[in-house]
Amino acid sequence: MSLAGETSRYMVAFAKHDLSFLLMLICGWVILGIVGLVRPHRMGWIARILFPVGALIALGIAVLGAIALLSGHAPQIFLLPLGLPNLPFHARLDTLSGFFLLLLGMAGAGISTFAAGYFRSGEGTAPGLLCLQYHVFLASMALVILADDAYFFMVAWETMALSSYFLVTAQHRIPEIRRAGFLYLLMAHIGALCILLCFGVLQGGRWLFTFDAMRGASLTSFWASAAFLLALIGFGAKAGLVPLHVWLPEAHPAAPSPVSALMSGLMLKTAVYGMLRITFDLLHIRYWWWGVLVLGVGLFSALFGAIFAAVQTDMKRLLAYSSIENIGLIFTGIGLAILFEACHLPLFAALALAAALIHSLNHSLFKSLLFLATGSVLHATNQRSLGKLGGLIRRMPWVAALALIGTLAIAGLPPLNGFVSEWLLLQSFLFTPQIPHAFLNMLIPLGAAVLALTAALAAYVMVKFYGVIFLGQHREPSLVHAHDADWLERIGLAWLALGCVAIGVLPQLALRAAGAVTETLLGQAVNLTSPFWLIAPITSRQASYSGLILLAGIIGVVGITFVGVRILAHGRMRRTVPWDCGYPWQTSRMQDTAEGFGQPIRHIFDPFFDMERELPFPTDVAPHYRIHIEDRMWKTLYLPIARGVQRLADWIGLLQGGRLSTYLLYSFLTLIVLLGFVL
Amino acid sequence: MHPSHLIAALLKLLAASLLLISFAMLSRRRTQRLITLFAWQGAVLFMSTLLVAHSAGLRELYYSAALTLLLKVIALPWILHRLIHRLGAQWDSETLVNIPTTMLVGLGLVIFAFGLAQPISRMATTITRNTIGIALAVIFLAFLMMITRRKAVTQVIGFLAMENGLFFAATSATYGMPMVIELGIALDLLVGFFILGIFFFQIREQFDSLDLSNMEALKED
Repeated sequence: MSLAGETSRYMVAFAKHDLSFLLMLICGWVILGIVGLVRPHRMGWIARILFPVGALIALGIAVLGAIALLSGHAPQIFLLPLGLPNLPFHARLDTLSGFFLLLLGMAGAGISTFAAGYFRSGEGTAPGLLCLQYHVFLASMALVILADDAYFFMVAWETMALSSYFLVTAQHRIPEIRRAGFLYLLMAHIGALCILLCFGVLQGGRWLFTFDAMRGASLTSFWASAAFLLALIGFGAKAGLVPLHVWLPEAHPAAPSPVSALMSGLMLKTAVYGMLRITFDLLHIRYWWWGVLVLGVGLFSALFGAIFAAVQTDMKRLLAYSSIENIGLIFTGIGLAILFEACHLPLFAALALAAALIHSLNHSLFKSLLFLATGSVLHATNQRSLGKLGGLIRRMPWVAALALIGTLAIAGLPPLNGFVSEWLLLQSFLFTPQIPHAFLNMLIPLGAAVLALTAALAAYVMVKFYGVIFLGQHREPSLVHAHDADWLERIGLAWLALGCVAIGVLPQLALRAAGAVTETLLGQAVNLTSPFWLIAPITSRQASYSGLILLAGIIGVVGITFVGVRILAHGRMRRTVPWDCGYPWQTSRMQDTAEGFGQPIRHIFDPFFDMERELPFPTDVAPHYRIHIEDRMWKTLYLPIARGVQRLADWIGLLQGGRLSTYLLYSFLTLIVLLGFVL
Repeated sequence: MHPSHLIAALLKLLAASLLLISFAMLSRRRTQRLITLFAWQGAVLFMSTLLVAHSAGLRELYYSAALTLLLKVIALPWILHRLIHRLGAQWDSETLVNIPTTMLVGLGLVIFAFGLAQPISRMATTITRNTIGIALAVIFLAFLMMITRRKAVTQVIGFLAMENGLFFAATSATYGMPMVIELGIALDLLVGFFILGIFFFQIREQFDSLDLSNMEALKED
């Protein structure tokens, strides 16, 4: 007891200077990057020293974030000696930023450790420069979370976009990668423009750009809705909500794997953070139709992402579409929270918001884990196409085992963390009958059905992902030479896998963290009084879940079965070649392929896809079956916009006739017209 | 007749001749004739500045009259003559688009300029205030000339004529600009003129002619 008292007093004393420590650590990241530039080609020094130190800093940030989250202090404010005269940078640390810093630090530590083993010198950006871009990217994400005025926020946001752009185009000699980078930068700028406009609306005519001033501004319902919609578009473009998701499946595969992990695991969460900050903190009012809109967009994104992930043949593209699905789930939770809050049901709002927050945390862990695992596979085999992998569980046992935890978590199986957040989300759907709108409370339960479908599809996708890469036989002879990940990579993967298991087994930890956030944002938290091994968000009579008991049950059943089989069947076991179905000339190419596995989904959800199929002739000696699947959004939304812009540009281009006298005439007429106004 | 009335009447006469010269420039085909007309315009400007300087008793305006004489009556026409001689363009003439139409448009511009000048001349206190409309008209006509011409040299003459109009507007509305500004403008004019002279040679080298319609090929598709 006295020890606990001592610790808590220590924590309180420490928490007072939390924010300045945090800013120092963030500075440390930037310094690491600059140090990396001194000897930009010394791979050993950069990889073995700088990246692990960066991981330690990330760990420190996670600890400080957790302290800020759980110490229950009032928000801390810090004025940075940076920025423009009369427009200094404000930083603020409250529970919401604490939660996202915890997420950033936890996943960042694992990714940085992995990156220490991953980056090799080769073509493209020099390692030292990569180290700078990588750490500036991390630091700018932390600053986005800490920023307390629109100016600082936008500076950090744009730094984040630019540094990640350079990281995406690390292999800039490949034209497709440059193209993907450009698309990403374009969407990032459209998003940033919307966010800028959103802040312009939020200041409410007082021209004060600190978040404190925005909290005090009273907007009319029209302007509040305008600010909300701009934020939804701006942050939606960054998060990858459909239909603003097009950059995501291009940019994630183009980037090196640790960068994909950072982008998918962490950067998308800064968009979630921004959305929560503006919706629940800066805006003083929320309308129910906002919630319905976000809910609809989120559910559609989730379903869309899951369906497209099922038909991908590139392992990183598959994970990118799965990110769209998960972001969709997170926004579904946010939408429900807005809806409940607007209908004055704060407890249910807290439940939905907690589900969204925990899913953000979970996604940052398991998606990073899987992206890093694909990185190891890529390094070992030089293959990204699922059609050329297979049987790697025997060559890469470590990666295979750790990736299995990630796939089970993302598929939403208990006792891992993915199940916890999806369960909470489904729980919050169960309370929609309490909404006092006649049609809504009938329609929204349909959303729960969509959610269930998405979860099932996600599991299907993960079976495909894991099965095609790690199980079965080698599809290419060169895979025999595949080697396992090195020890730094293994530590990084194991750290993330540990996080997945910990949250799954002890969900009360995550729920308490999320509860602290909902307490500040909504003034209400779900039931946190249950013992540490059980969660019962509303009451224990209604629904409860215990990861620990489930884990004990699973271990018990598996153990008893194992021992039982050993006792009963011992001595009667023989090893032999598997049955060949009466066809002894099998090759590894006769296994089920990624295309084959996705075929039923492709068939059922045909209207979603824009497919081009090339079928071989029956007489063809070397038949090839080719299928090309594209996003319908390209043809229905983006191409018409691009064509419109082109037409407008052509039209304006008519002004440029090339004749000098015409140009003179323009200025002359302008002069006459302007003088005519004077008259 | 009172001397100030005489001076005012003389100024009006000079202003009218300035306008007349502008119309003459609008209708001339030959480049050489245009340069002569430009020199005449400068001379009229010189005389009017001198008159204003005498009647207002401003020493600065004498300097500015001297500057006009040196630059616009002697230096620039002489340089222009030498330039077209070296370019072999002294016998160039251009086919103008429908001179009567141009004249009619010019007439409309003069009316517009007078309408525009009315509120300004009511505020001005100088003896030359009635000529502001003419000054504006000269600017417009020079601009119109630049629009209707195709040759590089005539464009430059139009540009210089526009500057004449501006200068006249300045003297008639406010007894001239401050000396520093006037010197600055004179210098700009010279530098600009030299740069354009270099451009002439470059253009001729590229297209074998000074016809600006060749430059339409430079447009990016």
